[in-house]
Amino acid sequence: MRFLLVEDNADLAASVAARLGLEGHGVDHAGTLAEAEEFLLSASYDLILLDIMLPDGDGRDFLARHRRAERQTPVIVMTARSAVSDRVDALDTGADDYITKPFDFAELEARCRAVLRRKGGSVQTFRRFGDLSFDPLAATVVIAGESRDLRSREVRLLELFLNAPGRILSKEHLCDRLFSFSEPVTDNAIEVYVGRLRKKLAGSEARIETVRGLGYRLTDG
Amino acid sequence: MLRAPSLRRRLVVQLLVLAAVLALVLSLAVQVGAGRASQATLDAVLGAAAQGMAEEMRAEEGGVVIDMQPATLSMLAAMGEERIFYRVDIGGLTVTGYGDLPLPGRLPTALTPVFYTVPFREAQIRVAAVARSLRVDGRAAPALVLLGQTREGQEAIAARLGLQAAALGLAVFLAAIPLALLVARSLTRPIDLLAEAVGRRGPRDLRPVRHPAPRELQPFVTALNSFIGRLRGTLSQTETFIAEAAHHIRTPLAVMRNEAELALRQSSEEDTRARLRGLIRSADDAARSAGQLLDHATVLYRADQADWAKLDLAAMTRAVAARLAPAAGMKDMDLVLTIPAVLTCEGDAVLIEAALRNILDNAIKYSPPDSVVEVSALAEGPMAVVTVADRGRGLGGTEPDRLLRRFRRGDNVGDVMGSGLGLTIVEEAAGAMGGTFRLRARQGGGACAEFCLPLA
Repeated sequence: MRFLLVEDNADLAASVAARLGLEGHGVDHAGTLAEAEEFLLSASYDLILLDIMLPDGDGRDFLARHRRAERQTPVIVMTARSAVSDRVDALDTGADDYITKPFDFAELEARCRAVLRRKGGSVQTFRRFGDLSFDPLAATVVIAGESRDLRSREVRLLELFLNAPGRILSKEHLCDRLFSFSEPVTDNAIEVYVGRLRKKLAGSEARIETVRGLGYRLTDG
Repeated sequence: MLRAPSLRRRLVVQLLVLAAVLALVLSLAVQVGAGRASQATLDAVLGAAAQGMAEEMRAEEGGVVIDMQPATLSMLAAMGEERIFYRVDIGGLTVTGYGDLPLPGRLPTALTPVFYTVPFREAQIRVAAVARSLRVDGRAAPALVLLGQTREGQEAIAARLGLQAAALGLAVFLAAIPLALLVARSLTRPIDLLAEAVGRRGPRDLRPVRHPAPRELQPFVTALNSFIGRLRGTLSQTETFIAEAAHHIRTPLAVMRNEAELALRQSSEEDTRARLRGLIRSADDAARSAGQLLDHATVLYRADQADWAKLDLAAMTRAVAARLAPAAGMKDMDLVLTIPAVLTCEGDAVLIEAALRNILDNAIKYSPPDSVVEVSALAEGPMAVVTVADRGRGLGGTEPDRLLRRFRRGDNVGDVMGSGLGLTIVEEAAGAMGGTFRLRARQGGGACAEFCLPLA
């Protein structure tokens, strides 16, 4: 997916861009509202991540202009203010969602997916692996013509495997990505979800192998 | 607040006291004036009669002739049912009439009458005394004529006049009452108008008072406006400060968290990874506490404003649930909503949003993955009730009241992060809007939170 990140803090922008880049997304970074307008004129984006406090104005004004111009690109506001009235305000102005800094990337991705699903936009996110066809937005896998619904964690787990096919992913690595850092996680929690995903993938060429003592690996053989 | 007596009442009372004094003075003046005028008239008649009598006296051979003119006496009698007394002394001897009729303190020396009032025969009589000299047997003899008259008729007239004067005074006083009210009203009207203009203002109206005020009230209006101005400045400074502070804390926290997460992805050393996880947890904890302190401050600040609107609680609950659905989805949890199309309650949008978000956030946070959180809204008696029921770890035997206290958390929170402010925020928000918040253990495990607001 292609993101436009409008954020004036260079450090934060760099880390968000790096993080989104790791997931295979394309990110353009605008430090000001003026820059953001330029980017929007020259390219099209799947989603805009918008900060509220910017050096050349209020992100909500930008949002209002964006909506008046009837541009359909969904917007997720990243607010640092978190004053309750700001949240109500941001949604009133036409943001599709907001996320409070600092945020969990898994949550940001979940919100992006939810927004894109709601918007029913043109984003094509189908991914194929062997005879498996995966639509993370719709949270479905299609195997041999049969569509199966996935739960949120199963979607994320499958995305992790599809991002690194054939590579061994350790339990710790999967845990860090699948669970929030603020919730208690037991060692075998990941086994539960791997087990569930295996059931959903049953009958497919795609299989999740256990590599004893190291972790799991997605194969199609 | 100590209350000074009403200006209008004071004004009315003072005007009426003034009117009463004036009416009294007026009626007394009329009474006294009328009495004096009638006495002067009667005295003139009495004096003329006495002079007449004295002038008619003639000395004759061997005595004095006193010619009592019937016209004179009938003039006196015509004044009413008065009795007439007289005494004529010649050469110091009473020659005719009542010898015991008292003499005046100062004897007259000529025909000019001297008037005086004396008690005589069980009545007050008015006496006119005149003097002349007669030549009797070739010798000069002083003659003194006293003519007395009761004044019962005149007193009756004076009493009647007095009554009329009193009635006049009363009439003046009665006429003064509506006038005093009218004057007081017209005088206090600018104050009333100003008070009304100030009273009509909404609690969040911090515009200066522009209502025209009389010169005497200008200092108050000026002081009020300067106070409003300072309050507006302070409030906007506080809001800006809170927003700026949050921005300056949260942005670096976000950078820290992101960097730690990136480092976590790139590191394979388990020790480092554990440290990085701790770092992320702390960043989340700090951000969460900052957010809830801010929420708490916002709730306290808005609770004071008490300016409620009619709101659709059903729509707000749906919106907050939709907003938190991704967070629930991350734990594969489902939010099941049983909410009517519309449920209108009375409250403040920001307070309700904060309360609902904290309730749902709590329910999601303490519930195990794959569980269901049931959210329902309905009208129950005079209240709109939002119920959030989860299958989490419940209250763990902690008293619900204790959980609502500031920074207080249950004994069974385990290692779930939290500031202990969430439920306090909910309870304070509910209380501010005239609602209630109840927390109880749910049958079959979990907790059930009930957030009630008055129906509109």
